[in-house]
Amino acid sequence: MAHDHKLEIFRGLLKFKSNTQKIWGVLIFLSIVTSVEVFLGISKPRALTHSHLLGMKLLNWIFIILTLVKAYYIAWDFMHLRDEKTSLRRVIVWTPVFLICYLIFILLFEADYIYTVYKDGFVTWNF
Amino acid sequence: MDATVTTGTEESVWGGGNQPLGASYGKMMMWFFIMSDALTFSGFLVAYGFSRFKFIELWPIADEVFTHVPFFHGNFPMYYVAFMTFILIMSSVTMVLAVDAGHKMKQNKVIIYMFLTIIGGLIFVGSQAWEWATFIRGDHGAVETKAGKILQFVDAESGARLSLAEFAKTLPEERVKHEKSEGIWFEGEGYKTSFSLNEVVEGFKANPNIVIRTEQLNEEGHKTVLDRAQSLTQISHAVQVVEGANLVHNEYGHRLFADFFFFITGFHGFHVFSGVIINIVIFFNVILGTYERRGHYEMVEKVGLYWHFVDLVWVFVFTFFYLV
Repeated sequence: MAHDHKLEIFRGLLKFKSNTQKIWGVLIFLSIVTSVEVFLGISKPRALTHSHLLGMKLLNWIFIILTLVKAYYIAWDFMHLRDEKTSLRRVIVWTPVFLICYLIFILLFEADYIYTVYKDGFVTWNF
Repeated sequence: MDATVTTGTEESVWGGGNQPLGASYGKMMMWFFIMSDALTFSGFLVAYGFSRFKFIELWPIADEVFTHVPFFHGNFPMYYVAFMTFILIMSSVTMVLAVDAGHKMKQNKVIIYMFLTIIGGLIFVGSQAWEWATFIRGDHGAVETKAGKILQFVDAESGARLSLAEFAKTLPEERVKHEKSEGIWFEGEGYKTSFSLNEVVEGFKANPNIVIRTEQLNEEGHKTVLDRAQSLTQISHAVQVVEGANLVHNEYGHRLFADFFFFITGFHGFHVFSGVIINIVIFFNVILGTYERRGHYEMVEKVGLYWHFVDLVWVFVFTFFYLV
């Protein structure tokens, strides 16, 4: 590839000397995030499983946010979107993000509706 | 056209050979494929979310389902999946290193890193096969009621799960596997359970310190454990013994959980498998010096994109299947 690599992550907080070093740096970061996830998944702190935000456990929100963080670094550094043109990056990222958000919104709302139908309907599902 | 006045800048914009996105054709198409595949996977995962939200109070707890680690006995939730995740991220790293070495035209380094990537992919696929086998074989066994609900057995004092073998009676009866050739042609059993329903029910009635755990999640997020009297009513609704999981019955809880598990991890595993195959093809091309002669290693970069995508999908599958 003719163009240079961008060697800083965390908005320039961490700058690496070479692309190889950056790769290892990102690996360390991803491993730390994964260990945090596994630790939280096993310990399940009460404070996080018993508080809710927008109808979901706080712990689950943390998992989802950490997953998106991991996805960002995989796409930006491993799939080197960071080095691509802004236009290409926007085409690749925002199109699916928009479609997926729509899909999540519409299906989860529908599912919740069906859940209330099962729950409050006059038919028993456990006979 | 001679009459048209062209300035130098217009020539470079409209004269052809322009790459507005700065990516070659092949790379662009790989990205488009990845986008469509990402939408497919999101479709699956959102469908999983749909079913889960629909049965939010009945859904199995993943920590209680995937508790095994090869060569170790005991209860180790998630450690093995975490290991698999790490393997896949690691093989992603060797893949980036291969791409990086390719940019520097270092053939030998590309060979080594591609090889390590393939090994990582194989370990992952193998682990997934093991995970499937463990899931299909089952753990403690359960019974299914008329309504299709799963009843599991726990010790009344300790609350520990009990396997069917620990309390089922051996009755002097012959249980024959129902084959399709016997009787109605479309009814057949995939497997024969180790105990008949009678043996389990009799064993249950004979042991007063066994109670039933239902699929229902309580306020604490645990499965509801019934008292002895309720358990005896519930067991009278049982229609069959379930051991392990398949597409129709699932001893861990709701059958849709097993269906989505097989479907999503299966589809992902298939991606990893094809990724390994493609990596092997590219690996041999690198050894043969195809890209050395071509003058660039863009092909390695393209399979790299695919391989990272597989890793990316796993990150989501890991979260939505095992963590959330």
